Amino acid sequence: MAMDAKSIETLIRAALPDAQVEIRDLAGDGDHYAASVISATFRGKSRVEQHQMVYQALKGRMGGELHALALTTSAPKD
Amino acid sequence: MSDIKEVIDHEVKSNDVVLFMKGTPEFPMCGFSGRVVQILNHVGVPFKGINVLESDELRQGIKSYANWPTIPQLYVKGEFVGGCDIITEMYQSGELKEMLADKGIA
Repeated sequence: MAMDAKSIETLIRAALPDAQVEIRDLAGDGDHYAASVISATFRGKSRVEQHQMVYQALKGRMGGELHALALTTSAPKD
Repeated sequence: MSDIKEVIDHEVKSNDVVLFMKGTPEFPMCGFSGRVVQILNHVGVPFKGINVLESDELRQGIKSYANWPTIPQLYVKGEFVGGCDIITEMYQSGELKEMLADKGIA
């Protein structure tokens, strides 16, 4: 069921190539992660839209294969 | 599927603040749902909790309703505000209170 951090990062980068992605394994069980994603494509988008873009990048794994991913998203500061 | 969408739509539009969650506000069955309940209680806003564990149709339906893959989901005045991460962030920054005040709720 679990996913490793590297494949989460790869999926996010495939959809948002400019993204700075940082992933932390919260519980050390390969099942509870926190991700921070910074991408210029988030600019002008609401938080809900930004998170939806990341979920879309994960192609349906969120809430299934990937049980818990605490997300923080933002656009890069100029 | 369209029926469940109508049920959700009705709940979301007829209550100012609705939380779709696992368990009930008194007995949350998941840490993420529990956290949002705590935040809402702390902010002091009355809300309706809807337990998605009671119906698989509802549990799946709410995910497609907001195009959002996880639960909990908070709706204010008919609008999807976010899940646990967004609500926590908005609470910490004071935005949540501001938004509720703007909408005349708390």
